[in-house]
Amino acid sequence: MAIPENKLAFDGGWEYDPAPESTDHIKIKKRYGLFIDGEFVKPAQGRYFDTINPATEEKLSRVADASQADVDRAVAAARKAYRTSWGRMKAAERGKYIFRIARIMQERAREFSVIESLDGGKPIRESRDVDVPLAAAHFFYYAGWADKLDYAFPGRTARPLGVAGQVIPWNFPLLMLAWKIAPALACGNTVVLKPAETTPLTALKLAEVIADAGLPPGVVNIITGAGATGAALLQHPDVDKVAFTGSTVVGRSIQKALAGTGKRYTLELGGKAANIVFADAAIDQAVEGIVNGIFFNQGHVCCAGSRLLVQESVADEVIAKLKDRMETLIVGDPLDKNTDIGAINSPMQLEKIESYLKIGQEEGGEMHQSSCRVPKRGYWCRPTIFTGVSQSSRVVQEEIFGPVLAIQTFRSYDEALSKANNSPYGLSGGIWTDKGAKIFHMTQQIRAGVVWANTFNKFDPTSPFGGYKESGVGREGGLHGLDAYVKLGA
Amino acid sequence: MALAAVKSSTRFPDLSTVPAVDEVGVNERVARFQSRSIKKASKVEALKLVLSMIDLTTLEGQDTPGKVRQLCQKAIHLHAAMPGLPHVAAVCVYPTMVAVAKKALAGHDINIASVATAFPSGMSSLSVKLEDTRMAVDAGASEIDMVMSRGAFLAGDYHYVFDEIAAIKEACGAAHLKVILETGELGTLDRVRKASVLAMHAGANFIKTSTGKIQPAATMQVTLVMLQAIRDFYYETDRMIGMKPAGGISTAKLGVHYLVMLRETLGNAWMTPEWFRFGASSLANDVLMQLVKQSTGIYQSADYFSKD
Repeated sequence: MAIPENKLAFDGGWEYDPAPESTDHIKIKKRYGLFIDGEFVKPAQGRYFDTINPATEEKLSRVADASQADVDRAVAAARKAYRTSWGRMKAAERGKYIFRIARIMQERAREFSVIESLDGGKPIRESRDVDVPLAAAHFFYYAGWADKLDYAFPGRTARPLGVAGQVIPWNFPLLMLAWKIAPALACGNTVVLKPAETTPLTALKLAEVIADAGLPPGVVNIITGAGATGAALLQHPDVDKVAFTGSTVVGRSIQKALAGTGKRYTLELGGKAANIVFADAAIDQAVEGIVNGIFFNQGHVCCAGSRLLVQESVADEVIAKLKDRMETLIVGDPLDKNTDIGAINSPMQLEKIESYLKIGQEEGGEMHQSSCRVPKRGYWCRPTIFTGVSQSSRVVQEEIFGPVLAIQTFRSYDEALSKANNSPYGLSGGIWTDKGAKIFHMTQQIRAGVVWANTFNKFDPTSPFGGYKESGVGREGGLHGLDAYVKLGA
Repeated sequence: MALAAVKSSTRFPDLSTVPAVDEVGVNERVARFQSRSIKKASKVEALKLVLSMIDLTTLEGQDTPGKVRQLCQKAIHLHAAMPGLPHVAAVCVYPTMVAVAKKALAGHDINIASVATAFPSGMSSLSVKLEDTRMAVDAGASEIDMVMSRGAFLAGDYHYVFDEIAAIKEACGAAHLKVILETGELGTLDRVRKASVLAMHAGANFIKTSTGKIQPAATMQVTLVMLQAIRDFYYETDRMIGMKPAGGISTAKLGVHYLVMLRETLGNAWMTPEWFRFGASSLANDVLMQLVKQSTGIYQSADYFSKD
């Protein structure tokens, strides 16, 4: 079907009034220390840095910059708690504490959602409907495993590893925290976790929850800081297990640093997922899946469907419909309940995305952006698609981590598969077709940790997540996620 | 029997190009529409728009001329206590009540819609259906709500369905034709999409979900699939087709969610009573109650709103 461009008019007429979520009910302290051994303490060197709201560029709070001495202190607290309380506790008791964390998180869901959106720029609709409920679900899920590890590993004895050092990114701060902390605790490990420097607030709020839940001091320690703090934590000699989610560049350096140390590690790194739409797909739902795949969380998603591969006979139709759909996406205030795309997380990230917009055009790609207005202050990027790009384009090869989709067409099944796998990444993928046989055949041949069929960006605590190739090592979530936090004996 | 000549502008569509519909995806999209938060002035505007799009309906065997006159009165004066409200788009009645409605609505810019074609089952011959249609049109109906032959459709006799709709369209003359798919009897969203394509190509001015006599009646899911079919038809032919969900839409909130869906699927051009209708009987009062609440801050008792 030939579709003229922008035939439908979405401008003017009836528009939605602002529907901002209230911020009256949340409390953010002016300054946060480090949460070590069950209490907030001052950083050894007394240094703090600002955390800002990327939608307004206003300062939200100041948080401590942890130095080596603080890292040592946090790891020592975790070690002590492992030896004296958590590591010796009956598994069913551990489970009770984790259930308690999950319940408190649910009770305070609204507060967590608002702070997540304030600090990170993601739309409240997502933090409310996805991040926070899923984070709580992870705690519930792993709480249940705490006293059932014998069933997770039949015939083996699962013992904790000790102290886990965990570093998480800024795209899903609370959710990544849950992915890391919940299985670690369930298996009897203690934790030192460092949230990203641009999004520390929900982790610090979680520290309050940990305290409210009555966990023994030192079981969970939250330290804040930038890359140096993270490196000091992950390379600390008394850390037994390293868990990192972030860029492939950093992941590679961690892997180098850990070589020969005997430390266990899981790395969840970048991605450049192919979202493959066949001509026999349910086209309107596929368009929706493309939108969810790349524009969810401003495209700050390691498993984003950032490469669209669409079969040539429906390519024009899909692209035209996608352009119409992009016109209905609301970009703006993350706290507005109707916002679909929030603020870019930081000026650094915006700069990176914009550099790719330039690269894509210089490479000869045709760029199209939605015509939406964006606020004057804050960091914003309109939903963007590139057509006329190829496997050799940098916008096709490299992870942009923004609302930018590279579109290519394919003729045959084999061509789609070859393009999908022709990437150093292998975190996720998507297939859209009405044919079940094609789904089963292709999902087995795509080299990626997660492949979605006729949907995208679906997460569940019971499902393992992780990468092939340069997208990472190890699995998080589900039964597989326990494996990373235990040593198995006879 | 011989069918009436098919108008030259209608052409049997290539049904092999009708895209598949994925129900899970449709449900998710609908949930997104329902999570839109419509407040303040945009809510008031939406509620008034909903009122103006209502086909105020009574389709009971026990309908009396008195009841129809009462309904027409309501159509003209929705809520006297609140000036400045729009009137509804149409009154929808059985063919035998069209003359009564015409008289009651004389001098007002409100359409008279009549169900026809052996409503609600459609289980009759084409000649009876044609006669039924002509009777309603002759009595003054400006819109005909016909029922698609579900039996023939489900049996795969798409040409019969197509020809029948085209024939009824011809019998309508100047009156607008709404084709009721009765989605509650079609079973799958794929069939809803296919039936929509058939009806539009056969000459429907509107496609409509339900008679209201079968459950489920209108849902946002089937309406979305039909709106997407309308959009693709528009892309292809440049012709706008109207949409009428009917039955089961009884709350203002749901009505507003339908408008959100309409706006984000077809855009502004369809946001008028000319292109979108609600087939409903109790929706108007709930919308009125919300409008009063918006202006006074308090909910009034249902007894303050006339039940007609």
